[in-house]
Amino acid sequence: MGKTFSKPEALSDAHTHYCPGCTHGIAHRLVAEVIDELGIRGRTVGIAPVGCAVMAYNYFTCDFQEAAHGRAPAMATGMKRVRPDLMVFTYQGDGDLASIGMGEIVHAANRGEKFTTIFINNAIYGMTGGQMAPTTMPGQRATTAPMGRDVEQTGMPIRMCELLSSLATPGYIERQTLLKPKYINKAKKAIKRAFEYQEAKKCFSFVELVSTCPTNWGMTPQDSLKWAEETLLPYYPLGEFKSPE
Amino acid sequence: MAKVLMKGNEAIGEAAIRAGCLNYFAYPITPQSEVAEYLVKRMPEVNGVFVQGESEVAVGYMIFGAAACGERVMTTSSSPGVSLMSEAISYIAGARCPAVFVNIMRGGPGLGGILPSQGDYFQATKGGGHGDYHMLVMAPDGVQEAVEMTMQAFPLAEKYRGPVMIMGDGMIGQMMEPVEFPEDLYVAPTNKDDWATNGMDTRKSDTKNIVKSLYLDPKVLNDHNLLLKSQYDRMKKEDVRFENYNTDGDYDALIVSYGTMSRVCKTAIDEMKAQGLEIGMVRPQTLFPFPEQAIHDAASKKGCKVVVSIEMSMGQMVEDVERVVKGKVPVQWYGQCGGEIPTPEEVIEHIKSLLNS
Repeated sequence: MGKTFSKPEALSDAHTHYCPGCTHGIAHRLVAEVIDELGIRGRTVGIAPVGCAVMAYNYFTCDFQEAAHGRAPAMATGMKRVRPDLMVFTYQGDGDLASIGMGEIVHAANRGEKFTTIFINNAIYGMTGGQMAPTTMPGQRATTAPMGRDVEQTGMPIRMCELLSSLATPGYIERQTLLKPKYINKAKKAIKRAFEYQEAKKCFSFVELVSTCPTNWGMTPQDSLKWAEETLLPYYPLGEFKSPE
Repeated sequence: MAKVLMKGNEAIGEAAIRAGCLNYFAYPITPQSEVAEYLVKRMPEVNGVFVQGESEVAVGYMIFGAAACGERVMTTSSSPGVSLMSEAISYIAGARCPAVFVNIMRGGPGLGGILPSQGDYFQATKGGGHGDYHMLVMAPDGVQEAVEMTMQAFPLAEKYRGPVMIMGDGMIGQMMEPVEFPEDLYVAPTNKDDWATNGMDTRKSDTKNIVKSLYLDPKVLNDHNLLLKSQYDRMKKEDVRFENYNTDGDYDALIVSYGTMSRVCKTAIDEMKAQGLEIGMVRPQTLFPFPEQAIHDAASKKGCKVVVSIEMSMGQMVEDVERVVKGKVPVQWYGQCGGEIPTPEEVIEHIKSLLNS
């Protein structure tokens, strides 16, 4: 019997530092599978964020740059403009992308930069230890919102797919999640489409993945999946928001 | 090649292209917007890249991303914009990427004004951004030297694998002078395959390259800082530049001055010479590395009673002058700010009053 399952070539052998139950591992794997399937590893450059995925460069086997907090879309712009033949993706969390990096992502999307952004939305700051993010849900507890997010003071959670799809520039914007196998298959399809649009030099492509953070949510991995499905998915609906076709 | 009459800002843009830099990212700010207005027309003629970023913060990282691919890249800005780029400059220095930044300085702090200033000396030479780093900083005194330094900046950035800054001021950016673009200053780019994230296929390698400034292990970060320091030490040995003016004979006082201010001082020195008063000058052409030995030696010359750092700032370079004169003779500061530039007459009056006191 032949080998039926193996690690993607685009993933390294390094042990990740991610917490048990975290969905980063699945997201990494999906991106790596897509890189393998498209045969683009030798001309792909990833950009790591500041956040839990700051050391993503250790987990992929393609070239990688490490950005400052929120600035990955600007770096991707610089790279893609001077080397349009390279395949470039940024991998960013919600604090990185939707808070400090809001300016960079909106303008890169609006210029129609031909790179791909993988946006991990787990409604909290992970690496710094569970502070409130722009995507934190009303009433959701965080170390900087110990009584739960007070929307009178902090506003409502920002929905990035909806915001980016309001831009008049053509783009590919889709939200998927990693909570269950049926969703994971759709997430992979979205990531592949995003890279294919980039390969065709068609448009900016953006895939949001609603994810979990058991450690900073203070839940077991299983409870996290349940909470995310019940609380996050109604507010962050899945699906394609915009496509260039 | 015949000389052409060009505005400083436009000449800097053309010099970048002549140096083989076909990638320019910028954000508009007075008094340097002419660089972008020139290059938006010129870059398409050479199949180059022009991008107007949404902010100087973003432009700094566009520069980082492009430089990390191993491509020659430049931005130009002015003081408040350079403050915003300073975050990226720190990351670029930490990640060891060659990139060229031009600061056409205006008055500060804050919004300040739009007229010439040298108020960013500390920012450029002492860091600006966070962490232990330096840039090689060159300060032209006119349009021709701005052209030459811009052309030299790219190979220097590659030699040291770090950011290089050209420090002009509003006067140098805005004035027109006859210039030529010396072809022999073009140096072919170095091979960057051993570090650049240019794609493994590009360099026919199976090994990935990572461009980063993150080193969580304190020993590894200390080693990285030592490596950076070794580059700065090498700059001090190999790339200090300065011009001596009227220092062959004896002189009663020594001026240290750079950029536009040094042009005024030269006029003042010539005028004093005609009146029988000998004043010498050392003009730093690199602000970092600072011409320490040259200034120390010139200040130590017999007969030199005082050293004056004359600046379009409230006494910044004077701290370095004091440091290198090491108490041999008194060190003074003289200057004006906000776009006010001391006239030759004011410089003469100040020097005379110092020597009479």
